[in-house]
Amino acid sequence: MSATVCAGAAQFAAIEIWGQPVPVVAIVLSTLLVNLRNLLMSASLAPKTAAFTTLQRLLGFYVLSDENWALSERRVRAKPLTSAYFLTMGGVLYTNWVFWTTLGAFAGAFLGDPRRLGADFAFTALFIGLIAGFWRGRSTASAVAASAIASAIAFVTLGAPWHVLIGTLAGIAAVYATAPEEAA
Amino acid sequence: MTLSIPTILAIIGMAIVTYATRIGGLFFADKLQFKGKAKAKAAFDEIPAAVLVSVIAPVVLTTGPAETIAALITILAARRLPLIAIVIVGVIAVVVLRLFMS
Repeated sequence: MSATVCAGAAQFAAIEIWGQPVPVVAIVLSTLLVNLRNLLMSASLAPKTAAFTTLQRLLGFYVLSDENWALSERRVRAKPLTSAYFLTMGGVLYTNWVFWTTLGAFAGAFLGDPRRLGADFAFTALFIGLIAGFWRGRSTASAVAASAIASAIAFVTLGAPWHVLIGTLAGIAAVYATAPEEAA
Repeated sequence: MTLSIPTILAIIGMAIVTYATRIGGLFFADKLQFKGKAKAKAAFDEIPAAVLVSVIAPVVLTTGPAETIAALITILAARRLPLIAIVIVGVIAVVVLRLFMS
């Protein structure tokens, strides 16, 4: 699953609802919902990868994820995004993901609860650090506030994976509503 | 998880929809034009933050006081420390806080 799907959040969500018989439709739908954000991420990277060849794009975007997308967005703040940077990062990410999730599948039984080591929170802390890297003042603040509240409410009322989509849309809507009409 | 036909179908389905979302943006982004649309441009620019916040909000706000306080400490750390240090601070904070709070 890690090798073909390579999407952390979606894979966790799928494992949550995995059962016998396998709810194929629910799993695929949940994967689609969790990964809908990729549409926005690939759209935002599209103009920044305009110089890539089609093959470079199709390969590089195969492993597009929150992390390498966020690092790419940070990179373009400083200098143009090269295919070498993007594809190398993608390759490292993919290799690591497949290697460590395979190891985890075998070693998981011996480790016990990952919560004991705080390993589950590393993901959250990483995201907080990434958001800080994107900070550009008032518009980011409105996105963060609206997304956090909407996502938490959606999570409590509708449950995963709806919170990702609803929170994201609320944040975008909030920025659109509060941004000034001109300039910038 | 045993390897059966439905398992394989589910994984193939997951792979297909995931790849579709990953490359989908490449096609409709070409049609986006932001000239003279400052509000739309601002909203588009904040997609990264909105996505990341939405993914972690349940952990930060609905799990318990240990996670919420650890997140606040991580936010403080994020104001000045590099990325790796932020993650280390967050993980240590959550482990310590869970000792006292659960």
